[in-house]
Amino acid sequence: MNLDYHTFLAILAMAVATALTRLSGVFLLRYLSIGEETREALDAIPPAVLMAVIAPTALATGWAETIACGITGLAALRLPLLACVAIGVASVVALRAMGL
Amino acid sequence: MSWKTEFWAGLKTIAPIIVAAMPIGLVFGAVAASKGLSPFEATLMSAMVFAGGSQFVAMDIWTHPASWTALGFAALLVNIRHVLMGASLGRKLQAFSPLQKYLGVLVMADENWAMAEARAQKATLTPAYYAGLAVLFYCNWVACSLIGALLGAFLGDPATIGLDFAFPAVFIVLVMGFWKGPATGMVLIASAAASILVHHFVPGAWYIAAGAAAGLAAALFKGKFRRTAVA
Repeated sequence: MNLDYHTFLAILAMAVATALTRLSGVFLLRYLSIGEETREALDAIPPAVLMAVIAPTALATGWAETIACGITGLAALRLPLLACVAIGVASVVALRAMGL
Repeated sequence: MSWKTEFWAGLKTIAPIIVAAMPIGLVFGAVAASKGLSPFEATLMSAMVFAGGSQFVAMDIWTHPASWTALGFAALLVNIRHVLMGASLGRKLQAFSPLQKYLGVLVMADENWAMAEARAQKATLTPAYYAGLAVLFYCNWVACSLIGALLGAFLGDPATIGLDFAFPAVFIVLVMGFWKGPATGMVLIASAAASILVHHFVPGAWYIAAGAAAGLAAALFKGKFRRTAVA
C-alpha cells in the first residue's frame, strides 16, 4: 500500500492532463463547427495517433518486431481481434527464437 | 429499448476488446512493478489516468523520483488526440444529460470511442449502451493492472513470452479498422516516419505528437489536393 509522494504527484499530473484532453473536446464543440475539412482531419486522427504511438516500438526495434507487425496487419484483414493478437504474439516469440 | 438490453448490447460489442486488453493490463502492471512502482501505485495510475498508451510511455520515461512535469506533459502530448475524439463524439451525445456527457468522456479510450462512433452511425447512442462499452472495460483495465503488478515478479520479463507485443498488436488491429483506402496509407506513412525520426533524435514523448501532426497534415494536404483537382 505504499505511495511515494513524487509518484502520486506524477500520477495526479497525468490524470489531470488526460482528463483535460477528454473534456475539452466536448467543451470545444460550442465554439467549433465541423465542416468537411475538419471532418477529414478528424477521420485521420485515430490512425495517425495509433501509428505514432507504436511506430518506434513496432518498426524501429528489430526485425522480429517489424515482421510480426506485418503478420499481425495481414491477419487483421481477415481475422477477429483476439486471433490477430495471438498470432502476433506467437510470431514475435518464434521470430525472436530464430535470432532476429 | 430498455436500459438493460442497451447495456448488454454495448457490453457484447466491447467483449473481445476486453479479453484482448487483459494481457496488456497485466504487462502494464508488471512493467510498472519493474520500474519500482508499488502495486497500489500502478493500480492508482490505471484508475486515475485510464489511458494505456500514455501509461506505457510514462513507464518508458519514468525516473526516480518521478518528475510530475515531464510525466504530466508526456500524458498531455500522448492524449491530445482525445480533444478531437471528444469533439467528434460530443455531437452524438444528445441523449445524454450534461453529467452523463462529462462522465462519459472521462472514460473515453480509443477502443470504446471507436465503437461508440460506429453505434452512432446506426442508431441513437444511449447512455446505457455507452455504459456497456465503458464500465467493464474500465474495471478490467484497473483489475488487470493490479494483478500484473502483484504477479510482476513471477511473470518475469514479459518479452520472453512475447506479451510485450500484445500492446502493439492490438493497436495494429485498431489501425487496420480505420483503413479507408490509400488516403489512410498516406496518413500512416507520414505518421510512422515522423514518429520514428523524432523518437530517434528528440528525447521525451514528442514523437507521438509529431507523428499525429504529420498524419493530420498528410490528410489535410490530401484533402486540399483533391478539392483543387476537382475544381
